[in-house]
Amino acid sequence: MLKVEELHVYYDAIHALKGLSFTVAQGEMVTLLGANGAGKSTTLKTISALLKPRSGRIELEGQSLEGLEPHEIVRLGVAHVPEGRRIFPRLSVIENLRTGAYSRRGSTIGNDLDRVFTLFPRLKERMRQSAGTLSGGEQQMLAIGRGLMARPRLLLLDEPSMGLAPILVEQIFATIQEINREGVTILLVEQNAAMALAICHRGYVLETGAIILEGKADELTGNDLVRQAYLGG
Amino acid sequence: MDFSAGIFLQVLMDGVVLGFMYALIALGYTMVYGVLEFINFAHSEIFVIGAFVGAEILLGLESSGALATLHPAFVILVLLFAGMAVSGLAAMGLERVAYRPLRGAPRLVPLISAIGASFFLQDFVRLVESLWRNTFYLTYPTLDILEKNLSLGMGVEVPLKSFLVIATALAMLLGLYLFVNKTKLGTAIRAVAQDPDAAALMGIPVDRIISLTFFVGGAMGGAAGVLFGLHYSLINPYSGFGPGLKAFTAAVLGGIGNIPGAVLGGLVLGLMEALAASYLGILTDGAFGAEYKDVFAFAVLILILIFRPKGLLGEKVREEGA
Repeated sequence: MLKVEELHVYYDAIHALKGLSFTVAQGEMVTLLGANGAGKSTTLKTISALLKPRSGRIELEGQSLEGLEPHEIVRLGVAHVPEGRRIFPRLSVIENLRTGAYSRRGSTIGNDLDRVFTLFPRLKERMRQSAGTLSGGEQQMLAIGRGLMARPRLLLLDEPSMGLAPILVEQIFATIQEINREGVTILLVEQNAAMALAICHRGYVLETGAIILEGKADELTGNDLVRQAYLGG
Repeated sequence: MDFSAGIFLQVLMDGVVLGFMYALIALGYTMVYGVLEFINFAHSEIFVIGAFVGAEILLGLESSGALATLHPAFVILVLLFAGMAVSGLAAMGLERVAYRPLRGAPRLVPLISAIGASFFLQDFVRLVESLWRNTFYLTYPTLDILEKNLSLGMGVEVPLKSFLVIATALAMLLGLYLFVNKTKLGTAIRAVAQDPDAAALMGIPVDRIISLTFFVGGAMGGAAGVLFGLHYSLINPYSGFGPGLKAFTAAVLGGIGNIPGAVLGGLVLGLMEALAASYLGILTDGAFGAEYKDVFAFAVLILILIFRPKGLLGEKVREEGA
């Protein structure tokens, strides 16, 4: 579904991604692991065209994404739930969700609202509240729900567990798994490697802008390097 | 000392008219600041363009003799719509040519570009009018009905044109409120103002929304230009400087980036100016006359900003991603 080849991205003089290549198959749930600054978020931002690569190719179902603007990539079925949630604090919860469906028209938007409210009943209770007044966990639910409103076929999730209490993390990850079971392909960036490897099929380990390791989730969980660096021994 | 209620009412009326005029112009500053965090200093020229479009249509109608036969309400509507359309498009073009190529440059750069654009537009209007009419000082032909006085009691007579300004401004503010708060495009404008990158990730075409914001803000300024011409009659290419500066002040006073704040700021500034013009001389026994009205208005502005640096209704315009 997604194929990234030899991606090079720079922030001015800083070489952030150094020839990154990986793939995500249809229906798969794949995680990118790595320390702060390894280039995980940069990778997602480049896929959704917030950043332009210096060189390399990104293909979605065989179609090159080169030269497309972020809003055009959303239209192709890629939703990106950014790091730090980035909800619109002074829009209401329902307005936030509707912005997620911005590029769609028609009557099915109501069904998707229902679906999001089924996944996250808390959001329904707080529908008219401005999003800035939600708790951190609720904001993360809103960010994911807003991403789903685009009806994505590929969902990019950046650190959905960040700053959340462990019980909430479990809940969010269970929901992510459910979304994947409904047929949405997922690329998950996480610092919480244990959680990510527990739900994903495959993973890639990034270090300073390059992939140093890849494999099935259980292989990575058993790998000494991964255990030491990301799973706390 | 004369503090008669009648005169006071008259002064309030003047202040409200001026205030709504400032409010309409201030919306352009504040909406653009909302999405780009930058002051479009050429907005006063967008306002002037609206005033000139109105004048040209009225003068054209007058010289063709049609002005006498058309219904004045129809004429006023045509002027407003034409002024709004031309000013809105001019503001969009301005953004495209003078600001968009500088997106991402240091903040001072588009500001300088705005000041340059302001000079350019002033002299462009002057050039066009000089070639076309041999003068760039225009007088709005009088629409008789607007000069009729309406009695408010207590000996207060207010010309209909004052009510026209107030009614038009109220209608436009209501329209803008509904547009910004109740429509998909309006919500997109607010989303871009709060977090442009997140808005792009939602599939919102950010550049187009910025263009739209310039159009809407420009249209409000254009309508204000037409109302200014109908109310005060005399215009020239440099007429935008005073009202533009005041309206910018009003936007800051209300809290830059905040739409209701711009309206409140405009009204507060207009009222203070009118009150100062009438009462400063009386209150200070002639030491400060009406010519100190701007000093007074800006002194109050400074005081308010000392205690509320973000303006009356101000809040942080853009949240960090957190």
